[in-house]
Amino acid sequence: MTTQSGNRGLVMDEPLLFEQDAPGRCGVDLEAPEGRALKLGGLERKEPIGLPGLAEPQVVRHFTRLSQKNFAIDAGFYPLGSCTMKHNPRLNEKAVRMAGFAMAHPLQPESTVQGALELISTLAHWLTTLTGMPGVAMSPAAGAHGELAGLMTIRAALTARGDARKKVLVPESAHGTNPATATLCDYAVEAIPANERGRIDIEALKEALDGDVAALMLTNPNTCGLFEDEIIEVARLVHDAGAFFYGDGANFNAIVGRVRPGDLGIDAMHINLHKTFSTPHGGGGPGSGPVVLAESLVPFAPLPYVVVDGEGFRMVEHDPSGKSFGRLRAFHGQMGMFVRALAYMMSHGADGLKQVAEDAVLNANYVMARLNGAYHPSFDGPCMHECLFDDRTLKDTGVSTLDLAKALIDEGFHPMTMYFPLVVHGAMLIEPTETESKATLDLFCDTMLSLMEKAQAGKAQWFHESPHLAPWRRLDETAAARHPVLTWTAREGKNAVS
Amino acid sequence: MRYLPQTDDDRAAMLAAIGAAGIDDLYVDVPRAAWRDGLVDLPLHQGEMQVERALAAMAGRNLHGGNAPFFLGCGSYRHHIPASVDALIQRGEFLTSYTPYQPEVSQGTLQMLFEFQTMIAMLTGMEVANASMYDGASGTAEAVLMANRVTRRHRAVLSGGLHPHYRETVETYARYGEFEIVSRTPSPDGRDDLIDAIDEATSCVVVQTPDLFGRPRDLSAIAQACHKAGALLVAVVTEVVSLGLITPPGAMGADIVVCEGQSLGNPMGFGGPYVGLFATKAKYLRQMPGRLAGETVDAEGRRGWVLTLSTREQHIRREKATSNICTNSGLCALAFTIHLALLGEAGFTALARLNHEAAQRAAERLDAVAGVTVLNESYFNEFTLRLSRPAAGVVEALAGKGILAGVPLSRFHPDDPGLADLLVVAATEMTTADEIEALAQALAEVLA
Repeated sequence: MTTQSGNRGLVMDEPLLFEQDAPGRCGVDLEAPEGRALKLGGLERKEPIGLPGLAEPQVVRHFTRLSQKNFAIDAGFYPLGSCTMKHNPRLNEKAVRMAGFAMAHPLQPESTVQGALELISTLAHWLTTLTGMPGVAMSPAAGAHGELAGLMTIRAALTARGDARKKVLVPESAHGTNPATATLCDYAVEAIPANERGRIDIEALKEALDGDVAALMLTNPNTCGLFEDEIIEVARLVHDAGAFFYGDGANFNAIVGRVRPGDLGIDAMHINLHKTFSTPHGGGGPGSGPVVLAESLVPFAPLPYVVVDGEGFRMVEHDPSGKSFGRLRAFHGQMGMFVRALAYMMSHGADGLKQVAEDAVLNANYVMARLNGAYHPSFDGPCMHECLFDDRTLKDTGVSTLDLAKALIDEGFHPMTMYFPLVVHGAMLIEPTETESKATLDLFCDTMLSLMEKAQAGKAQWFHESPHLAPWRRLDETAAARHPVLTWTAREGKNAVS
Repeated sequence: MRYLPQTDDDRAAMLAAIGAAGIDDLYVDVPRAAWRDGLVDLPLHQGEMQVERALAAMAGRNLHGGNAPFFLGCGSYRHHIPASVDALIQRGEFLTSYTPYQPEVSQGTLQMLFEFQTMIAMLTGMEVANASMYDGASGTAEAVLMANRVTRRHRAVLSGGLHPHYRETVETYARYGEFEIVSRTPSPDGRDDLIDAIDEATSCVVVQTPDLFGRPRDLSAIAQACHKAGALLVAVVTEVVSLGLITPPGAMGADIVVCEGQSLGNPMGFGGPYVGLFATKAKYLRQMPGRLAGETVDAEGRRGWVLTLSTREQHIRREKATSNICTNSGLCALAFTIHLALLGEAGFTALARLNHEAAQRAAERLDAVAGVTVLNESYFNEFTLRLSRPAAGVVEALAGKGILAGVPLSRFHPDDPGLADLLVVAATEMTTADEIEALAQALAEVLA
């Protein structure tokens, strides 16, 4: 049904900001400038910028309407495997807005920011205690940035012992950031296959582990949602080969408070504070990716870092030993994420965090048990915090994993992670997290079962056209890539760039 | 355990449905050697009030831009954030949404990113912009990597006026990347021999404007020299508000423009999270790092947006990606976009002028203090003072008087005696006449 206004009930059609422009209109009242002569060395701007003029109520309505076109954890269930979309407590938001954190400048004298340095130091203590690792580099801005920090630390340690190794081993099931990071550190990437149990193939690993391997990057629990049950042997093999063992900690939520990566032989591991420790995803960031480090790697960690002595807390920004590989960003790290993560950790405590892991694992196993049969679990045995299915029960229905995921949207659920990991055909990776109730999981499972019935009943066309009820129908991604329109311009209403 | 909805009855029912006797059955794949009895050695759970109290105590131990006369800049600036910015970014539909990979249920974030990209292109004078980087420093490193890919060369020249943290970040990315960095030393008298350093191996020259000392830089001659030699010009802007008053780098010939966007919508927050802005020419689009939102239509022909050109990115291209970046600064980009939408053309240009005028008032007053000389002939909203004594000690003494005076350049270069007496001072629309007077009088006392 079409409407005159373009709105559909509560779903409002909202033009671009630039299409609501009235020259001179402004949503902020500023003092009038004095009109002093400029001291810009003759570099004053000569052309207008082109920014639109809107009043405050228009801006507020614009972004409120945009927000209403988003799915969000606050509104519904995100079974997004490998992403840990858990509840984001509002206490975290309140804490980060305290003026002592929000209004502090990163380059103030240390004597004036003892509280901020104490917060970083306290969070570091929680992270090293939970992981059983002696050191942590706090500055990485996100998971992939943490991987970079970890691999560079490893490379610095190898370089210091005169060991110019050239390769990094990455399982086929790994996140794309792992091989991309290895390349950024100028390592050749060698893929290690998974075995028939969804774990790293030890025989293939042994074969690949020669004197040229700098590190193995392994996600544990892995991206198939399984604990790498031979991990202690893996660590031994890696260390015997003179290499380092990098852990991708994206899935730490399954084991936090119960298993310490340090006890598994891991030498370096990043932790996504925006996954395990509840800092909000914010539509794609910001994240935070501290890297915990074994004793052998600590001296090579990135700058800066906080130390505490009799005088109080200090920020070390210049490496006295010359061993650190350097700086990865401006200033000290994602402080706003540190405050949120610590608020969350203190709220849960040692007991609550253990319960977090257990409920996350319980929820995933419950979903797997309920869907088993109608869907085909890719591997036997219990899963960790996420469960993985392949698409074999969709075979011959004409319905793909993508179609099924789009049909979930009509049912009010965000799609699961699709086609990842790559080692499983038509993968559906479901991570409920611990913050979903049994009632939500039951509704989700009932929905998944009914969709499979529908698919097997020959309703392929209906699936191909899904979603039917979302504010937008399927969008043409091919056309978007073929003729990229990445900015708006006044002349034609759009600006094709290719 | 207020964040956990399962009751013990739920847990028992679910274990029964799974066919497990207890939770330990689900952890059987964890090697026995790594099992731990009991809890890790950390405090137990606490209520909201107790946690808030503990964190407020830490926050209370900081002097900050809200309770002290304040003059710090150098890549992080104190600006007023309109109340509606923070109210809107805390809407759960923005705050708690994921990366918009499912466009049918993510049009809010996608349309916002398209608006953000458009604004960045306008501000910088470039043709295309991405959906954000972590911050200005890592964005600068990514720009150098991109210039290497575009030119197939491996030697970057960095201006001495580049923020030292940015320079160090680029050097880190270069350390194992098999390319060479030529860094000019920071020079308070304005010497920065960039053109002489350009040769046939140079992939790019990186210049910050206004530079570390606060001087706006005319990039035209450097751009010409770069282009003549087949190199790219990377322009870096750490104070994005300056683009309201200064000629954009794109109009001076820059090929890639990287900015720190913190100044709009985002608090100083002791250093992060911030938002890196990244813009370039359309012809280099496919070498660009990071996410991009692009316009398209849905099955009913309605205009909508999707993440596009993802074959550049790590989740598709893996080891051949243009960058390893995945998570970026989505929520900070939203705050930036809302703040700039509120300001609009009229407000943004007026804000820039207010900053420039505040800096002029501060510079004039401080220049009158005995033992203080303003080095800059030109500046936007920060400038460099030469003090009659080492600046770090002066800043510490002023902090003791409850005044946050600026950034001593020895913080970045503790071993360079030529910089020891230099203090970079910033003033913005938030800087009051009382604050300037307090700094001037306290400086006079400390330097006497």
